[in-house]
Amino acid sequence: MSTTEKFIPTQKYNRIALALMVVGVIAAISLFVVTGGEGNHDNRARFWASLLQNSVYFLLVVNAAMFFMCATTLAWGGFQIAFTRVTEAIASCVPVVGFITVVILLALCFGDHHTIYHWTDAEHVAHDPALKHKSGFLSKGFFATVTILTYILWSFLGWKMRQMSLQTDEGDVVSTLEKRKKFVWNNTVIAALFIVVFALTVASSIPWLWVMSIDAHWYSTMFSWYNFASTFVAGLSLIALYVVFLKNNGALPLVNKEHLHDLGKFIFAFSIFWTYLWFAQFMLIWYSNQPEETIYFINRIGNDYHFSPYAGVFWVMLTINFVAPILIFMSRDSKRNYTTVTVVSVIVLFGHWLDYFQMVFPGVSPDKMPMMLFDMGVGLGFVGIIMYVTGRTLSKYPITAKNHPFVKEAVIHHT
Amino acid sequence: MAIKKFITGNFYDEAVLFPAVKKVRRAGYKIQDVYTPFPIHGLDKELGMKDTDLHIAGFIYGITGTTVAISFIGWMLAIDWQINFGGKPFFSLPAWIPIMFELTVLFSAVGMTLTFCWLCQLAPFVKKDHFNPRSTDDTFVMAVECTDKTNEAEAIAFLENAGAKDVQVQERETGWWFGRYDRESVVFGKKVAAV
Repeated sequence: MSTTEKFIPTQKYNRIALALMVVGVIAAISLFVVTGGEGNHDNRARFWASLLQNSVYFLLVVNAAMFFMCATTLAWGGFQIAFTRVTEAIASCVPVVGFITVVILLALCFGDHHTIYHWTDAEHVAHDPALKHKSGFLSKGFFATVTILTYILWSFLGWKMRQMSLQTDEGDVVSTLEKRKKFVWNNTVIAALFIVVFALTVASSIPWLWVMSIDAHWYSTMFSWYNFASTFVAGLSLIALYVVFLKNNGALPLVNKEHLHDLGKFIFAFSIFWTYLWFAQFMLIWYSNQPEETIYFINRIGNDYHFSPYAGVFWVMLTINFVAPILIFMSRDSKRNYTTVTVVSVIVLFGHWLDYFQMVFPGVSPDKMPMMLFDMGVGLGFVGIIMYVTGRTLSKYPITAKNHPFVKEAVIHHT
Repeated sequence: MAIKKFITGNFYDEAVLFPAVKKVRRAGYKIQDVYTPFPIHGLDKELGMKDTDLHIAGFIYGITGTTVAISFIGWMLAIDWQINFGGKPFFSLPAWIPIMFELTVLFSAVGMTLTFCWLCQLAPFVKKDHFNPRSTDDTFVMAVECTDKTNEAEAIAFLENAGAKDVQVQERETGWWFGRYDRESVVFGKKVAAV
């Protein structure tokens, strides 16, 4: 396949994507039916929690692809140019998945589902000094404004980044040295803007609002960082999966094992980073032993006096997110092998999905773990959406950004 | 270790060096090594060197560090001298993980450094022969080992043909030795030219 060709997804690919979307819709509908019924407020919360977990997780994962692009652009990296169109295609899911997420979040915020976001219940907050104190941050108006603003900024800056990369195909933007320098500078500026927005949203405030406010009394300042690490590893895995998939289909002529090796290193390193953040959060709470803080982990791991139904999920999650990548990806050969990269990527994507499962659900139903199959079904629906949108974007543009100023660095890349 | 005879050639450009390495190897000459002032990507592969096992040693050192940390702290705080810290259990793994991590890093770092020095035969007061001092500055020095069957004149011509400058025949000690570069003209009982 030449560099100017487009990757057209096969009929089978689109059919699988559509089938997964149908599975997602069926899972959501059946969950809605199962959790219905009179006076079943908690059950309805379980339905919304499933939507919340999956939409937020997959939105942050596809947005991590844009973060990867901007971070490597800002660092003037070269190797990612070999597969930059793949990253762009994944990032083009942000407006679509983001729209669904925003609808769900606003429905949770303004709808009558106080069992998930307690702080939306004005009557409850009035009697609760802790929530009253936080009401400047945890209020409907602030939540909705930040959510919508975040969605618009991510979509716009992501669109701008993709547009800049696509402009290089026409040729005139990068035809002379002066123009190339200008292009790199402009690209760096937009990337830096995105990183700033990203730092103010994913890395500091958005997970507090969207996920941490389920346990409204509890707080952890590193929670957002932890979420960022979680979704960044998953986003890198998604990129790696697409790179392997496209390479196996004869696309991506510039990519070779060196590029895959670097992606593998990223996944390896950020898995450890994720564990580091998880442990930093856990150990401080364990060590100081304040009841209002430990309740979060008692609901998830349990202790000698309290059994938690989520303990199994929790330990499985920790094992496959830390032990599996560190042991499998430690050797150089496994990072250069398509099969092991695929296996680890799938493990990591599922592991961080479990991570989000145990972030959301213990706050919604602490005593009984809901049947996870429904949530997996809803998750598959989001996978279908991502597959479909990514495939569609890939089919529109040439598979390689062959005129990008740093394309030579990508070709001669060597680890 | 032994003193061997080498033919050394200086290369000024990577673009000349890589085809030369290929040619020299294909002609059947045995390249001792190519000495460069900085790492050159892909040269190890071109020379047909096998990957280092240093990282496996590092892994073993790391595991050793983890084991030492957990067994030592565990024995101290849970068996030998139990102290109640804020009502925590005597065996409090979370509090020890930072120390286990640090010892893992310390053991693997120190162990790998020492192993690296051993593999490269570097140590205080120990010397190794240079083929050409310029390999520490700005040129790439290729050393081709001579055997009984090597025709020296032919090999020199071959290297010069491949683009090498300043081709010499040298007798050098391949291992490490004690002494001083400027004084020791006799090493291990055999006369060697001072560098």
